[in-house]
Amino acid sequence: MIGIRGGADTTRGGHLPDTVALFPTCLGDLVMPDTVEHAQHALGVCGLDVRPVRGGTCCGQPAFNAGFHPHARRVARVSVRALAQTTGPIVVPAGSCAAMMSRHWVGLFAGDRDAELARQVAGRVVEFSAVLATHLDVLERRHLSWPGTAGYHDSCHMLRELRLSGEPRAVLGCVRDLELVPLASADRCCGFGGTFSVRYPEVSVAMADSKLDDARSRGVDVLISADPGCLMQLGGRAERTGDTPRVIHIATLLHEAGLR
Amino acid sequence: MSEDPLTSSTFAERARVQLAKPFLREAVPRATDIAVRDLRERFAGHDYDGLRELGREIRARTMADLEDALATLTDALVANGIHVHHAADAAAAREHIRRICRESDATRVVKVKSMATEEIALNPALVADGLEVTETDLGEYVVQLDGDRPSHIIAPIIHKTRAEVRETLSRVAGRELPDDASELTDFARERLRDAFMDADVGISGANFGVAETGTIVLVTNEGNGRMCTSMPRIHIALMGIERVIPTLEDLSVMLPLITGAGTGQLITSYVSMLSGPRGEGEPDGPEAMHVVLLDNGRRALLGTEYQEVLHCIRCGACQNVCPVYRQVGGHAYGWVYGGPIGAVLTPLFLGTEAGGELPQASSLCGACDDICPVKIPLHDLLLQLRRTRVDDGAAPWRERLAAELWAWAWSSPRRYRVVTRIGGGVVRVMAAAGLMSSLGPLGRWARGRTIPTPARRPFHSRGERDV
Repeated sequence: MIGIRGGADTTRGGHLPDTVALFPTCLGDLVMPDTVEHAQHALGVCGLDVRPVRGGTCCGQPAFNAGFHPHARRVARVSVRALAQTTGPIVVPAGSCAAMMSRHWVGLFAGDRDAELARQVAGRVVEFSAVLATHLDVLERRHLSWPGTAGYHDSCHMLRELRLSGEPRAVLGCVRDLELVPLASADRCCGFGGTFSVRYPEVSVAMADSKLDDARSRGVDVLISADPGCLMQLGGRAERTGDTPRVIHIATLLHEAGLR
Repeated sequence: MSEDPLTSSTFAERARVQLAKPFLREAVPRATDIAVRDLRERFAGHDYDGLRELGREIRARTMADLEDALATLTDALVANGIHVHHAADAAAAREHIRRICRESDATRVVKVKSMATEEIALNPALVADGLEVTETDLGEYVVQLDGDRPSHIIAPIIHKTRAEVRETLSRVAGRELPDDASELTDFARERLRDAFMDADVGISGANFGVAETGTIVLVTNEGNGRMCTSMPRIHIALMGIERVIPTLEDLSVMLPLITGAGTGQLITSYVSMLSGPRGEGEPDGPEAMHVVLLDNGRRALLGTEYQEVLHCIRCGACQNVCPVYRQVGGHAYGWVYGGPIGAVLTPLFLGTEAGGELPQASSLCGACDDICPVKIPLHDLLLQLRRTRVDDGAAPWRERLAAELWAWAWSSPRRYRVVTRIGGGVVRVMAAAGLMSSLGPLGRWARGRTIPTPARRPFHSRGERDV
């Protein structure tokens, strides 16, 4: 992980905006494109010159976690090569994909012809909310507001592989009228787990229910995460049961709070 | 249980049975949360993470030269007047213990809670020899009376309600016992007291074997361990060969790690350090003490990518934090060890034929890595087992086909766009027609969750991107 600090103070002259590449990830691209746009705008507001990555598809995580390394490599190679054409930090609005890229690509490509490329690209990966957390002053100045009660759900890999937990909460702390309540189950898995969620649907759903019940018991209107995988799982379950809370990406919350 | 659940059913089937027990999903989280909370609270102000690192170093150093440590342990045990037996597998270990019982004309056996004896399925073998066997840990006693299995390494009846325990003990008592935890305990205590007095042989496991002093260490809270190892004429300790630690100084690190990670205690009520049978002029203790050193698949892991699983000290902490375990309990795992450690150990000990499915039964959240007192990378070991399953061609054809199709479509931006455009349309139509359940993995997803509808305009088709 590399820290970045965009040139938000261009008004003071001389400093051109830092360029960042935005990797939408396959879930973001196909299922949550609006969320990726929200992330894009948020980064832009922070003074970054955001270049969406073209030609990449997926980080390879589904196959990697299922044990299919050659398949994971085949897919990740497309993304590695596309990302190698970009400059600056690679911002990923998905905690577990960011973890896959920065923590597992080097091993996945060990001894491969693209090993060096993968190593270089992996070293440039940063998770979206961690980038915003370096621009809290900008967020504060925007007078963001979202009246309601929120819980934050830690993505397992974002928390345990990237050790990012304070960053998204600090970002949410910049949103006025948003009461962020601590959840007892904040750091417990939502039950997604990639192929696990379709291999053992009953167990997976029971895990989601345990998390959603906790959020409901705290009177949460909105459950926020920085990982589309968790959002798909928790949101899909909440929608099916027709019950609260709403489950949204942190970028979408910021968008609704006025960061546009 | 006569038939082997591991081979006669799948994890999904066993999990479904457990999920249907509302009590389980209430009791297991409650009990495990208390253990984790106590660990955090009681060790606050202590450098627990520093202790974990010391523990990891001790275990790694010992496993790097396990044979040497075992030779030192064996010499020290023998010097202490303890008989040492080596068992290559479960059958050999059972045979050693049966022979010792036979040769000492035993009729009654009392046992301390021991996962190693569960692992070798000792009790049925002893009962078949005509021995009367009594488990003396309260939880294990109830498990035995019910013909059940322990479902947690430390808390064997975590899956039972107090009403169920009362029912079981009332049956033994031949009268209705009151619905009161301490009265139920009192009843069991009286029964067990008789068993201790009458037993010829006491059988225990071993939390640790200290090589330099030839000492078997037992960590318990009920005091039954001390009774079992001091009252009967014979004491037999069954110890997995990996439970050796080199020195007493190492024990000073490992003890708070196992009690903290296991039950959130700085120290347990009883810590027994057994260094031989009754000496001359000593008033109590067994006439003879035996240690059976159990391999049963452990040596085969040395030098492999799975060696670190031998660092395990069976504290149960990974079960306490596992989000899957807290939903389905230990029985869903089908064998002796449940939770993350069970998902790793079972296929390694029993082979992938029987236990190969278990590494899939994890959401790979990594909570086990963060709590493990000796920092075993369980998450990586699960990934490695999954990878080996695929590399060995053991994955079912449906999975292999899905991986092939996915890799083909996703490994070219053009194919990715075309396939997802068509696939997105199909999913939208099927979803609108309510036909999702017929779409393979998506249908399985649709059990309980709505399918996220692919966007009509994916991000890649929005505007000109100039990178």
